[in-house]
Amino acid sequence: MTLVAARTLFDKVWAAHEVVAETPDTPAVLYIDLHLIHEVTSPQAFSVLKALKLPVRRPDRTLATMDHSTPTSTDQVFGKVPIKVDAAAKQVRQLEQNAAEFGVELFGMRDARRGIVHVISPELGTTQPGMTIVCGDSHTSTHGAFGALAFGIGTTEVGHVFATQSLLQRKPKTFAVNVDGQLRAGVTAKDLILAVIGKIGVSGGTGHVFEYRGPAIRALSMDERMTVCNMSIEAGARAGMVAPDEVTFAYLKGRPRSPKGAAWDRARARWRNLVTDLGATFDAAVDLDASSVEPMITYGTNPGMVLPIGSSIPDKAGDEVFDKALRYMGFHSGDAMLGKPVDVVFIGSCTNGRLADLQAAARILRGRKVAPGVRLLIVPGSQEIKRQAEAEGLADIFKTAGADWRESGCSMCLGMNGDTVGAGQYSVSTSNRNFEGRQGVGARTLLVSPFTAAASAVQGRITDPREML
Amino acid sequence: MEPVIRVHSKTAVIPSSNIDTDQIIPARFLTTTTKEGLGLQLFADWRYRADGSPNPDFALNHAYARGAKVLVAGRNFGCGSSREHAPWALLDYGFRAVISTEIADIFRGNSLKNGLLPIVVDEATARWLLDNPGAEVDIDLEATRLTLPTGVSVSFPLEAFARHCLLNGIDELGYLRSKAADIERYEAARAQELGS
Repeated sequence: MTLVAARTLFDKVWAAHEVVAETPDTPAVLYIDLHLIHEVTSPQAFSVLKALKLPVRRPDRTLATMDHSTPTSTDQVFGKVPIKVDAAAKQVRQLEQNAAEFGVELFGMRDARRGIVHVISPELGTTQPGMTIVCGDSHTSTHGAFGALAFGIGTTEVGHVFATQSLLQRKPKTFAVNVDGQLRAGVTAKDLILAVIGKIGVSGGTGHVFEYRGPAIRALSMDERMTVCNMSIEAGARAGMVAPDEVTFAYLKGRPRSPKGAAWDRARARWRNLVTDLGATFDAAVDLDASSVEPMITYGTNPGMVLPIGSSIPDKAGDEVFDKALRYMGFHSGDAMLGKPVDVVFIGSCTNGRLADLQAAARILRGRKVAPGVRLLIVPGSQEIKRQAEAEGLADIFKTAGADWRESGCSMCLGMNGDTVGAGQYSVSTSNRNFEGRQGVGARTLLVSPFTAAASAVQGRITDPREML
Repeated sequence: MEPVIRVHSKTAVIPSSNIDTDQIIPARFLTTTTKEGLGLQLFADWRYRADGSPNPDFALNHAYARGAKVLVAGRNFGCGSSREHAPWALLDYGFRAVISTEIADIFRGNSLKNGLLPIVVDEATARWLLDNPGAEVDIDLEATRLTLPTGVSVSFPLEAFARHCLLNGIDELGYLRSKAADIERYEAARAQELGS
């Protein structure tokens, strides 16, 4: 009898994609099932192909959209007025030309399937369990929610995948994030991942791939699992995975590009093996009790500077990084987070721009108004989500509340498209990064869940959403 | 790619830890479609004041740092976004190596592919470098050693294949393309296995 060593989910996906195994002298050649591209990190990679006179090896495994620098104003998206940012307009045109020249499918500016790259691929069913998925974007980790090995790459590597459908990779280490218990009412997947990052730090996962495990993870919907996996990179891990289960299969069944008929049955049977075997070991682990997680909010300039919303900013006198962050934010040790004033609220991004996030925001905003002087910008993750939100009446709730309801895109998460926060302004945001200047020069970002964002928009100050649910 | 064998230079020091790629090159400059010219925007929000004049408080604007090819920074350099514009900007500005106690994964990989050396050192060595801005250091890629002006010499980790490519000026894409037959075999076997 042969004994098969117990393997982690990651080990199984990795092994299934090894074209050539790694040696001490050479990294593995890893096959890539799905390559997602967008306008910002692809132009220079297409230039390499042109210089070398190479085709895209597998255009059928490549999917392009535009999201980062695209406008969210309806008039600009649909061409009634020109795109305001010239350089962005040029990037959009260049992607259109490159996609046409290399035969890559593009969901362009006015395509009903366009949206944030990490939102549209799951929505279409192109993201599937057991796949390797890459994109020139660090939040590619989102797709790990389906039990795929998905990670962000640089533009040189985008070129490698174009030319060979493969990447040179050293095998990363594994890291179990065990989450016991159950999230309490008003506490979301966003709060959970912020708590994880707070616990292990912004570089705690460097060199590792997370696997999120335990009953609290199993209880999450796919939208919620995507929120969790999305922010793996904010803890330094290039990828985060959740083993696929009935929740995953129910989400995928019937999606436009999910397998159909007999192929669906075969795929699902294969996907059921994508679990970490009993007795498999991880290189590192952390344990969390979901029942003790509170609504979380960041107070500094990286996602690890985070605390429960009812807490006060700690005192770390003499810590230069900490002091510099507080100076940037205009905060002081001992300040309570609750009640701090808010200028801008952003609900959207690949972290929290899906339908469940908009439904959460609507639960708070229904029948209420945005506080005077506060700007609330709500940007759906995709055009499909925009349609669904309008059909469900969510958009009407938002507009009645006084929110600005837009076309889909990355928008104010990184402020590339002109949707920015002013210098010195406080932005309560459902996005993923509170880095200095991320949402605009001098902008001060506080990361929160959609509940907390909506509640704070209504009150005009940082608010515990549980008071309003 | 030009081979990289040795970097001998004084250092510039930015002591902050967790310097993310949004600081190295803010997103509003990513609308470019080429790799060139990003050095001007390197650390733009720290380097320039609102009126566009140099911020005299920022390390790279200090006289000692002019011409430095080695950047010393606090822990976890290059975290955040995968933008390769970050190493492009550092290289375009004139840097050839970054030294820290920890360098984020995606940034490290992007740097190696462009000939920017990500050098990870121990706490004591990093402390000395942070405390001695402008020190003349020597990075020997063949020996994978960093030597301080004090004579102290430490080895640093560098993935074997990346080192080989840097020393010989080999483009990784060329190597990957030489595996085309393996890739075809893999695709054929996989298609059969998945019944597609």
